[in-house]
Amino acid sequence: MSALDAGAALPRRRLDVLPALTPLAVALVAAPFIGSLSTFVTLTAAGLAMGMLIFTMASGLTLVFGMMDVLNFGHGAFIALGAYAATLALAPLASWSSADSLVLNLAVFVLAIIVAALICGVFGWVFERLIVKPVYGQHLKQILATIGGSIIAEQLLYAVFGPAQIPLALPKTFEGSFVFGQAAVEKYRLLATCVGLLVFAAEMLILNRTRIGLLIRAGVENREMVEALGYRVDRLFVAVFMAGSALAGLGGAMMALYRGQVHATIGGEFLVLCFIVIIIGGLGSVGGSFVASILVALIANYAGFLAPKLALVSNILAMVAVLLWRPRGLYPVSGR
Amino acid sequence: MSAALTLQGVHTHIGRYHILQGVDFDAPAGRTTMLLGRNGAGKTTTLRTIMGLWRASKGRIALGATALEKLAASDVARLGVGYAPETMAVFSDLTVKENLVLGARQGALDDARLAWIFGFFPALKKFWLSRAGALSGGQKQMLSIARAIVEPRELLLIDEPTKGLAPAIVGALIACLNEIKATGVTILLVEQNFRVAREVGDEVRVMDNGLIVHRGPMAALAADEALQNRLLGLSLASHQ
Repeated sequence: MSALDAGAALPRRRLDVLPALTPLAVALVAAPFIGSLSTFVTLTAAGLAMGMLIFTMASGLTLVFGMMDVLNFGHGAFIALGAYAATLALAPLASWSSADSLVLNLAVFVLAIIVAALICGVFGWVFERLIVKPVYGQHLKQILATIGGSIIAEQLLYAVFGPAQIPLALPKTFEGSFVFGQAAVEKYRLLATCVGLLVFAAEMLILNRTRIGLLIRAGVENREMVEALGYRVDRLFVAVFMAGSALAGLGGAMMALYRGQVHATIGGEFLVLCFIVIIIGGLGSVGGSFVASILVALIANYAGFLAPKLALVSNILAMVAVLLWRPRGLYPVSGR
Repeated sequence: MSAALTLQGVHTHIGRYHILQGVDFDAPAGRTTMLLGRNGAGKTTTLRTIMGLWRASKGRIALGATALEKLAASDVARLGVGYAPETMAVFSDLTVKENLVLGARQGALDDARLAWIFGFFPALKKFWLSRAGALSGGQKQMLSIARAIVEPRELLLIDEPTKGLAPAIVGALIACLNEIKATGVTILLVEQNFRVAREVGDEVRVMDNGLIVHRGPMAALAADEALQNRLLGLSLASHQ
């Protein structure tokens, strides 16, 4: 038996770095047109922060779509819910937020995003059981049901919190900017970038170093076989949906703090962007979404500065360009 | 000899199509039962129905005394049923190791069992940390079978393991299947290659149009060319 196709050496796995380099390429192309180094640094830092915020919101969507094959148009509702949940967490701790203490400011920020993630995770479970579960495998019904669920959620937010925008103040330490030479970089943007990187690192660690991560990656590719190996995919689906909702809530809370105000339409505003990002990244690919988020945010920032009218369609143009180059996205997942 | 697996009057519908139309057969414990038949006879559907991947609309499926027909695939697998599908279904983005880790549902990989598996399939050891998607077709087939046996199983369902494989690899796979059987595992094997069926099978069930049309010892079918022609539209001679 030892002779059984011991096998010639496998073709070496090509490390596909080109897609990961696209944000850098965009920055290098844009730099000469922007001219001023300080403006370039400010735009790039803002783009990275926005990219991390978008990634945090979109990574849950790509997992849900990739593994569960569910078109969740209700994802935006969790972004909005996360934003409102942050106001609930921050309101009673206003004194911590306004204190002249990094520790208290950081604590209240961490508390706010954790509360947002937890609340959205729990509501994600309810949403999956009530709205998504009955329409598994039926894409048209999924679209209708999740849009319907999203409308209901938005109206419930109006009913509970009122139609007016709710102001949301940043903890004191994160107000203002750091100035590097002539470039100003907002402190909160740096914080958002750090949180986004932490979320990305945690997701990659879980996906690549844990059994549950292996199951999710395997489920994205072939969920039937995962079930045939003895794993209860329905439970895994619920866990993934809850995690995706929690990430949307976390991103929504951070985005609300970034904007300084909360409104129920925040979810709808970013839902389309999330879909663009997960399509550019490759459906189901967390790494792809990470690169795509930075790419889209940088392009939007540079275009907003150089050709403001072009910025209105820059996301769509970026998606078209990437799909012409790589029809299945930057980092396509096998089996999808 | 007691039956490890029993099917009684099993019907399966896929959409509007009535594929299995009352399948009755058993697979004796510790033996290799071949499920043969022309393309479209319902062999793969039978395996998938046993596995719980398609739900039987009528009839009874039992593993020993345990009814399977209402169980989900995950629950069937938890009873000790291993499945290597026709498509192999290895997880391409995962490494060989990761594929086997998922196959070992009850916990960590057992070193002694791994060594036993590597004895059959040395390529898997060589490419332990390589992506499964980069393996050749034969190596993927080995991985698919290895994943099905990485933990002790009571019943193995294997769907056309030799499809598209080079003759040298087919010979090795036959030896491998015989070694697995020697450990006491009950095997239900769908196979189009009659040579493989003859060398591996103890029992044979022949399907046609969603029904079992013949059951008996494999050796008897291998020896009866007229019967082969009638049931399968082929003769063993044409495969030698």
